[in-house]
Amino acid sequence: MRINVSLNNPYSNDKVIEACAIFGMMDLSGRRFGFRDPVKAISNMRERSNGLGAGFAIYGLYPEHKDDYAFHIMYLNRNAREKTEKLLEQNFDVLKAEEIPTDPKAYVQSPPPIWRYFVQPKKSIAKNISQDDYVLENVMKINTGIRGALVISSGKNMGVFKGVGFPEDIAEYFCLDEYEGYMWICHGRFPTNTPGWWGGSQPFNILDWTVAHNGELSSYGANRRYLEMYGYYSTMYTDSEVMVYALDLLVRRHKLPLEVVAKIFAPPFWFEIDAMEPKERNFYMALRQCYGSLLMNGPFAIIAARTGEMIGLADRLKLRPLTVAIKGDLFYISSEESAIRLVAPHLDKVWKPRGGELVVGRLKTLKLLEIPQSGWEDEKLY
Amino acid sequence: MKSYIEPEFIVKRDYEKCIKCKVCINECTYGVHYYDDKNDIIRSRDENCVNCHRCVVFCPTKAITIEKNPTQYTENSHWTREVITSIKRQAETGGAILTGMGCDKPYYTYWDKILLNASQVTNPSIDPLREPIELRTYLGAKPDKLELELENGEVLLKTKLAPQLCAEVPILFAAVSYGAVNFNVHLALARAAAELGTFMNCGEGGLDKRLYRYGDHIIVQVASGRFGVNPEYLNVGAAIEIKIGQGAKPGIGGHLPGEKVTQEIAQIRMIPVGTDALSPAPHHDIYSIEDLRQLIYALKEATDYTKPVAVKIAAVHNSAAIASGIARAGADIIVLDGVRGATGAAPKVIRDNVGIPIELALASVDQRLRDEGIRNRVSIIVSGGIRSSADVVKAIALGADAVYIGTAALVAIGCTLCQKCYTGKCPWGITTTDPQISKRLDPDVAAKRLINLVRAWSIEIKEMLGAMGINAIESLRGNREQLRGVGLTDTELKILGIKMAGE
Repeated sequence: MRINVSLNNPYSNDKVIEACAIFGMMDLSGRRFGFRDPVKAISNMRERSNGLGAGFAIYGLYPEHKDDYAFHIMYLNRNAREKTEKLLEQNFDVLKAEEIPTDPKAYVQSPPPIWRYFVQPKKSIAKNISQDDYVLENVMKINTGIRGALVISSGKNMGVFKGVGFPEDIAEYFCLDEYEGYMWICHGRFPTNTPGWWGGSQPFNILDWTVAHNGELSSYGANRRYLEMYGYYSTMYTDSEVMVYALDLLVRRHKLPLEVVAKIFAPPFWFEIDAMEPKERNFYMALRQCYGSLLMNGPFAIIAARTGEMIGLADRLKLRPLTVAIKGDLFYISSEESAIRLVAPHLDKVWKPRGGELVVGRLKTLKLLEIPQSGWEDEKLY
Repeated sequence: MKSYIEPEFIVKRDYEKCIKCKVCINECTYGVHYYDDKNDIIRSRDENCVNCHRCVVFCPTKAITIEKNPTQYTENSHWTREVITSIKRQAETGGAILTGMGCDKPYYTYWDKILLNASQVTNPSIDPLREPIELRTYLGAKPDKLELELENGEVLLKTKLAPQLCAEVPILFAAVSYGAVNFNVHLALARAAAELGTFMNCGEGGLDKRLYRYGDHIIVQVASGRFGVNPEYLNVGAAIEIKIGQGAKPGIGGHLPGEKVTQEIAQIRMIPVGTDALSPAPHHDIYSIEDLRQLIYALKEATDYTKPVAVKIAAVHNSAAIASGIARAGADIIVLDGVRGATGAAPKVIRDNVGIPIELALASVDQRLRDEGIRNRVSIIVSGGIRSSADVVKAIALGADAVYIGTAALVAIGCTLCQKCYTGKCPWGITTTDPQISKRLDPDVAAKRLINLVRAWSIEIKEMLGAMGINAIESLRGNREQLRGVGLTDTELKILGIKMAGE
C-alpha cells in the first residue's frame, strides 16, 4: 500500500526550508512554572522568526490526566473532526474531548480549531502490540488518511500548542498563561519556501518525544525514506518531523541510550573513528554502518524533550548556534545566550556545546534505570 | 560468395605527413595497413578497419584519420545502414551477429534527464578542500537495529554484524574475466583497487595465483561455468559474487572461443587448452530461488561466513520482485547490471534489445526493498554504463550503495569502444590473450590511469556532495530529494521516484 503522505500538506510537496529560534527551559527539580519566562525568552529572538509560525510544548501539563494519552488535533475542515472522532471512538476509550480554549483577541491569522482528547487505547483492539505502537499507528492513520486532520501531539502529561504568528501571539492565542509545566520547549519560525501554515509550525511531537529544530537537513530525503520503512510518514515534509520520528524509533523502539542516538545523528568522522581503540572503533563503525541513513547531515540544532528529559544537540560541523546554561535547578537551552540572560541574568554556568556534543538535562527524581549510561562517552550529563 | 558488405570506415592517410615508418602496420592487429614496396607507399585495406584508433594515436606524424564511409545507402530512417549491413552479413554467414561492449543505441539514458540539487542560503554548502567529505562505504547486510548491553558501566555491542566490504570510494571495478582480458589487465585492476581502497571483480574466469596477494581487494565471481572455482579461490577473495545474469546479455550464457584459451587461461579456468569455454545460460543447479539460496549458503559455508556473498542479475522487467527474493535468500549484496552493461562477446540482437535501463531498475528495486522493509538487509551495487562522477552521484541518490565501472575503467586504459572484443585481437592489448598483443598493456601505466580516473571522480563527487551540503555519502543514499527530472513523463518520474525540475 502506498501511503498518501501529502494529504495534509496543502502547500507544497517539497520539504519545508526554514530557519528558526529555539528555546527550552526545564526545572530539574520538577517544579512546574508558568509561561512568563519561556515566552519572554523566545520572543526576544525575533530576528530568528518572522511571524509565520511559533509553538510551545509543555511537559507536566496535565497532571490530572498523567496516565492518559493527550491528543491535540488540528482540524483544517469540518468533516475532519467528524471522521477523526469516529476513528478515535472506534479505537480508544475517549475520557474527555474539548476544544482547546483560545483568546480571539490575539493577533493570529485564520486559526483552525484545535481539539484536545484524553484517551486510552481500547484493550480489546490493542492486543499483541505495545500501547505506544498502537497510538503511533493511529496517529499515522489520522495524519495520512483523514484530509484536514493533524495530530499535533500525542504524548502523556504533555501537549503542543502551535500556529501561525509570532511566539508571543501564539502564547496569547492559546491562553498559555493558564498552564504550567516543569519543561517548556519553544519555537519561532522563519520559513523560506512555503507560506506559514498552522500544520507546518513547530515543535513537532510523536508520543512522548517533541522536537524544536533550527536547521535544514540535506540528508532529509535519505532520513525520510529510511523512517518510512519503520512506519513513520513525514507528512509535513520537515526535517523536524524526521528528527522526532528518528528519536522515537531509536530510543523507544530500538532502546538505544540518548548518548548513542546523538552519535547516530552526528557521528564522528571516519578519520576520528579510525584512530580509536579497537573496541570503541568497532562500536562507532557498527553505528555508522547500521544507522548511516539516520545521520542528520547539514545544519541543525535541536532541543528535544521527553518526560523528564530535555536534550540539546547540534550537527557535527556546528552550523547552527546552541547555548546551554544552568541557574540553580533551572536548565536552559537556547539558540542565543541573550534569550537566556533576559530571563536569568546571573547564570551559574553557561557554555556552547561542540558540534555533535549531546547535552542532557534530567529530572532529579527520574529513575534512570532504563537508560544505560556509558563510561567512555565524553558527554556532559546533568 | 562475393561479399556485398562495404567497408564501414575509410582510412585516410596524409601522404605529406606519412614518413613510412610502418608503426601503423605494426600496431594494427586487423591487417589494415600494408606496405606496397613496389610503389614505396603505405596503403590500407579499409574493409578490415574497426575504428579502434590505435594507428591514429601511435602514428608519430599524426598522418592518419579514420572516417565513416561517406558512401551511404539511399536515405531511409527505417532501413538504416546498420540494418542493411546486418541483413547482408547474416545472408552471407547464416549466423548470429556478434558484438562486444554495451548497447550503443541512442535510447534511454535517464542519467542525462536527471539533475542535481545544491544548497543556497538556507543551508551552507561545504568546501571539500577545507572540510572532510566522506565517501567510505560499507557493503553488506546490515541489521535492522543494534542491540547494546551494559557491562561495568560500558556500553557494549551485542549485535554481531554480517561481514562487510569497506570501500573508500563507492566505485568498484566491474567483472571482466580472465580470458576475456589478459593478465596485465587483471593485474592493473587489482593494483588500482588496492591502492584506492576499493575492489575489482575478477569475473568468471578464475583468478591467477599471482593476484592472490591482492585478494583483500578482489571480489571473486562464481558463474554458471564455474571456471576456476575451488576452495582456495573462494577464500582468497574479499567477497564472492554469484553471477546469474549480465546486462549485456541477460538470459544467455557466455562463450570464450578456444583461440583465446591459452595455456595460462586453461590452467586457471581448469579446462583443456584451446577448448571453447562455455558458460551455460542458467546455472544448472539454480532453477529457482530456493536453489539460489542453497548456493549462497554453500558459498558461505565454504568460507566460514566470513565474506559477503553478492548476487548479480541483469536488470529485467521484474527485477524488483527478483531482488526481493535474492535479499530474502540470504544475499548480502545485490548487483544490478543494466542494459548498457558491457561484455566481451554477445549476440548483437540480445545486447541491444534485452534488459531495461539501470536507472529504472535501480529505482524500482530500491523502492521495493524499502516497501518490504528489507533494504537494510542488502547493499545494492549498480553497473552498466556508469560514465562519470555525476552518474555515480545520481545512482547513489536513486538508492544504490555503490557502483561498478567496467567500460569506463577499460576506456581509461585505452579502450575506444570499437566493439570488437570478441575477435580477441584488441589492438590496445585489453581484450586479447595473445601474448604479443597483451604486452602492449603496461600494468603499471594502466594501474596509474585507473587510479587517476577514480581519484578524479572522487574529487568531483566530493564537490557535488559539498554543494548539496552533505559531508557523508550515506546521507546521499536513496536521497531522491536531491534529484529532479527534465523531459520525463509522469510515469517515468513516478518510477524514478523523483520530482520534475521546478517542482
